[in-house]
Amino acid sequence: MGSLAIRGGRVIDPAQKLDRVCDLLLADGVVAEIGEGLSGDEEFDARGLVVSPGLIDLHVHLREPGLASEETIATGSAAAVAGGFTTVLAMPNTDPPIDNPAAVAYVYLQAARADLANVFPAGCVSKGRAGKELAEMAEMDHAGAVAFTDDGDWIASSRLMRRALEYARGLGRPILCHCEETDLVAGGVANEGVQSVRLGLVGRPAAAEEIAVYRDLRLAEAVGARVHIGHVSTAGAVELVRAAKSRGLAVTCEATPHHLALTDAALEGYDPAFKMNPPLRTEEDRQALVAGVADGTIDAIATDHAPHAPEEKEQEFAAAPPGVVGLETALGVVLDRLVGTGALDLGTAIQRLTSGPASVLGLLPRGTLCPGAPADVTVIDPGRSWRVEPAEFRSPGKCTPFAGWELKGRAVLTVVAGRVKFRL
Amino acid sequence: MTWTRMHLLGLEDLSREELTALLDEAARMKPVAAREKPGLKDLAGTIVVNCFFEPSTRTANSFQAAARRLGAEVVSFSPGTSALKKGESLADTVLNLEAIGGDVWVVRHTASGAPGLVARHVRGSVVNAGDGQHEHPTQGLLDIFTIRERLGRVEGLTVGILGDIRHSRVARSNLWGLKALGARVVLIGPPTLLPPEFAAMGVEATGDLDGVLPELDVVNVLRLQLERMQDAYLPSAREYARVWGLNSERLGRGKPNLLVMHPGPTNRGVEITPEVADGDRSVILAQVTNGVAVRMAVLRLCVAAGRAAAEAEGVAAAGGPARG
Repeated sequence: MGSLAIRGGRVIDPAQKLDRVCDLLLADGVVAEIGEGLSGDEEFDARGLVVSPGLIDLHVHLREPGLASEETIATGSAAAVAGGFTTVLAMPNTDPPIDNPAAVAYVYLQAARADLANVFPAGCVSKGRAGKELAEMAEMDHAGAVAFTDDGDWIASSRLMRRALEYARGLGRPILCHCEETDLVAGGVANEGVQSVRLGLVGRPAAAEEIAVYRDLRLAEAVGARVHIGHVSTAGAVELVRAAKSRGLAVTCEATPHHLALTDAALEGYDPAFKMNPPLRTEEDRQALVAGVADGTIDAIATDHAPHAPEEKEQEFAAAPPGVVGLETALGVVLDRLVGTGALDLGTAIQRLTSGPASVLGLLPRGTLCPGAPADVTVIDPGRSWRVEPAEFRSPGKCTPFAGWELKGRAVLTVVAGRVKFRL
Repeated sequence: MTWTRMHLLGLEDLSREELTALLDEAARMKPVAAREKPGLKDLAGTIVVNCFFEPSTRTANSFQAAARRLGAEVVSFSPGTSALKKGESLADTVLNLEAIGGDVWVVRHTASGAPGLVARHVRGSVVNAGDGQHEHPTQGLLDIFTIRERLGRVEGLTVGILGDIRHSRVARSNLWGLKALGARVVLIGPPTLLPPEFAAMGVEATGDLDGVLPELDVVNVLRLQLERMQDAYLPSAREYARVWGLNSERLGRGKPNLLVMHPGPTNRGVEITPEVADGDRSVILAQVTNGVAVRMAVLRLCVAAGRAAAEAEGVAAAGGPARG
């Protein structure tokens, strides 16, 4: 395999506390060297650009096996690299669910066929995602599952959750939690508050998320297991995680670009592009999330990329399925709305999109540019202005809350294992 | 011209002037609304599609009568006779009805916001006939019209809305309209059915019916859905009737000219006793009668505004007014 020199860019690798203009040499699928005057078989002029470790999204729904009209591993991988992501974690709430080792192997097979991004599978916690019996977590671990989750739903049974945490502890794998207490959110489609009451939409209260977060943290603490809280969306949930971390718990959490950039004020026109679980919350919650990302309470920014076929989303608000795509807009939204506004510095933003999620999933040194690390690199043009045009998405899922937004900052080169997989 | 909206999706956005324009128009319509063939031709050649995705008899019949008195043809559509059960989307359904000639859309739907979705797909006017728990603007208007007719004004009155506020689109439309016209609005109901968030909308909220009753000029009693007991909102209909039901004994402690309203259909013996519903303070049947006049006013003004907008667009598309 030939070598690739990315020359003259501002190389930012938060894991090494590196931020300087220099060259980066990739060879034999790994990072060979960082320094001056490096050359390779191929060269990329990165002057004026930012060179980052390849972005990692630890919360992506690729829908395969399932409906190709929503997404496949191939289309999702294409969307990933177009958005600057070199690695994604595929959620197991597919149809049928990824709850056995053969299904885990199938994800790897389809990802290899697509040959674009690195795709790691998460396996289900429970058989059939039914929340009753443990799935074959050890077998799935052996087949390459890097985490376990029944994402989409909370594990309502505290007894099952406790056993799952104990079992996963033995495997050294985290359990990823979708925290919304099932009974309290039944029938709900929007954050419970003034906006949902005004619009006549059934609410999903913040308390439902916080109760679920508290239970999962408490169980993880009791059994000494690693737990990761997905898509934290309320100020109270951020506070619970912050307090748990200060007690020394092995807890991590993530926030999505839509929860970081939007509030339930966006529901005004009943557009299902703003419907997701957990729902968009209040401005106070949004600010608490941004503060949590800035101070490290929130370890990762993850998209919860959840494609649906357009005809599914173009329904009445209450009838439309929750979830929006995010792979092709996440970087732009983070750079424009968080870094561009001064809420977050560029290095922190990159950390939450690289070594942060890598650390959650135990993938380090992936997510860094340490010599010997996988040659996954994202080159970003922080000054490039662009407009979000869903029709141009690689994903068949076009439903995004950011349609038409003018954003500044975009990936212009995505390199996976030393090979260019996307170039703008 | 005060009225320029081609759709009526809710009362929340309407100004005092717009509300007054609608009420004044309804007052003009009222004498002719009683006649079966008033000879009006405002909607002649127009097909009004009554899209009732949620069953209704009262509102559907009222809109049908209003449209016919304006000279329109009415096509009725309900889920029982539709392709909805075959999986057709709301947008496809209305586009198909538009393809067979539908011009004006009267939409009732279980989902909040559905009439807005229809308005984004069709060319003609859309009138919300009740969407989920959001708004029921023509009911709000006919309630306010009835208050104005009976008490001579709206401004300065204290209007109580009593019952299941949480699930009520009637309560929401009433509170926006009443507030804009200067009334004091007091929402009254059990705490499970009266979320504290309503206080942020500029109205008062209380669980104490007996405490507030003497202050009221109007009490609008909402229907209590009996399935609320299954969702743990309430222990029993009996307890509800005792604490929040309107009966003769309570009425005796109210102002002598207290107006009793109900959007129907009533659960007699639950939220209101038969004596009160049929008593001399009750204007429940007058509300129904006024409904036709109010809906004529809404259809007339919205269709006229839609035509004016289409004409302006046509003129703009043709490169401005022709020069002689």
